[in-house]
Amino acid sequence: MSVAFWQKLDQTARSITPFGLSLLLVILSVVPTHIPGYAQIAPILALVSIYHWAIYRPNLLPLFAVFILGLLQDLLTGTPPGLYILVFLTVYGVVLSQRRFFAGKSFTVYWFGFAVVSFVASVESWVLGSAWNFALLDFNAVTFQYLLSLGIFPIIAWIFLRWQQAFLQQD
Amino acid sequence: MEQRPSALLRIAAPLKSLVQRFMYLGLIGAAFGLMLLGKIDAVLVDRVRAEVTDAVAPILEALSRPVATVSKGIQNFQELVVIREDNAVLKQQNARLMQWQTVARKLQAENIALQNLLGVVHDKNANYVSARVIAGSSGAFSNMLIVNAGQNDGVRKGQAVTSDRGIIGRISEVSNRSARVLLLTDINSRVPVLIENNRTRAIMTGSNTSRTKLIHLPPGARVTPSDRIITSGHGGAFPSGLPVGIVASVSDGGIEVQLFADFAKLEFVRIADFGLKGLVDMSVQKSSAKHKAGGKTGIK
Repeated sequence: MSVAFWQKLDQTARSITPFGLSLLLVILSVVPTHIPGYAQIAPILALVSIYHWAIYRPNLLPLFAVFILGLLQDLLTGTPPGLYILVFLTVYGVVLSQRRFFAGKSFTVYWFGFAVVSFVASVESWVLGSAWNFALLDFNAVTFQYLLSLGIFPIIAWIFLRWQQAFLQQD
Repeated sequence: MEQRPSALLRIAAPLKSLVQRFMYLGLIGAAFGLMLLGKIDAVLVDRVRAEVTDAVAPILEALSRPVATVSKGIQNFQELVVIREDNAVLKQQNARLMQWQTVARKLQAENIALQNLLGVVHDKNANYVSARVIAGSSGAFSNMLIVNAGQNDGVRKGQAVTSDRGIIGRISEVSNRSARVLLLTDINSRVPVLIENNRTRAIMTGSNTSRTKLIHLPPGARVTPSDRIITSGHGGAFPSGLPVGIVASVSDGGIEVQLFADFAKLEFVRIADFGLKGLVDMSVQKSSAKHKAGGKTGIK
């Protein structure tokens, strides 16, 4: 085997990690934690992932990958089919169009950006969910889910930033 | 091959962004299409959902075990702290229950004697399948569990799922190795129930919150907080008499029920096959399909 082959394999393995990590977060979000009250407001972990990679490496998390993540989230969590696909695609689209704004900004701005984007995502998911069920769903749960997502964001984002520095140096 | 003249790139770049834009809109359209499909053909979506769940089930199972071990460890430690208080409470409760036991024994004997006298037809004994909870989601959009037992283990759609404290839901989708449980709190859940002491019938509906509501009570029905709710067995989906919860509040907004089951702590559930045909009578559908097929071959 030539060196080039291994290099290419290495490159490929590295470049599918954003999708792999996102996939892991989708699966992790349905693993029962046995923490009382947590399940009702469990954050949408994959949202952090989509936000992060849309800013830093959108080429490694293409549009159809976002679609697949949304589909899997819908199928696993039992939400109306298409709900999280739309939410994820919205987040991806919004972030991608505002990508220049985030370039070279501080972590606080990056966090604030997530606060805005995930707020839009929460409202969107609530509207879609309510429309699908023909009933006004509990908005409190969505609000707390949103707040918990904000709280958990720095942890996941920090890991992703480190990951990116370690394995995805070259653009 | 990647290094092409830049002239081509100059044409290709805007074209690519155009294609991407179309793809974006196309995928959004596809998502809306999927939502509609979910409304129109729920069975198909359920089928796909079951298959995907089945494929991911081994990963979920592997992940759920360490999480369960850690949470059990934490729980053990917490229990250790309050072990003396718990002991005192349990002793008291035990003394009270011993009295109840004598009452219950007496009533049981009396009940059996009376039933024999009247020739009551008994409910079938249930077959239980115990399964581990490998995934769960409860929130504003869905309330469900995934368990690691499926068709291969005798689980069928529509069967009642119970925990140690009472009923928690019913099987909504089933595939070979896994099954999905629709919890009582889900907005799509409807369970015929009884108020235990005055035998008033009602339907309990979920609302995607931790409490469920009673609807369709007969006019003039009297409900007070702390009334016990049990399944009624009407409709044949669930057997009668499974504990459900207690009435938490009665107001103009409706009658809210606090369920006995604690969904957060569930690690194992029991799937009960009471031999009831239930809401979805698969055997009838299958046999009628066979009958049709048999009829056709017969003509040949």
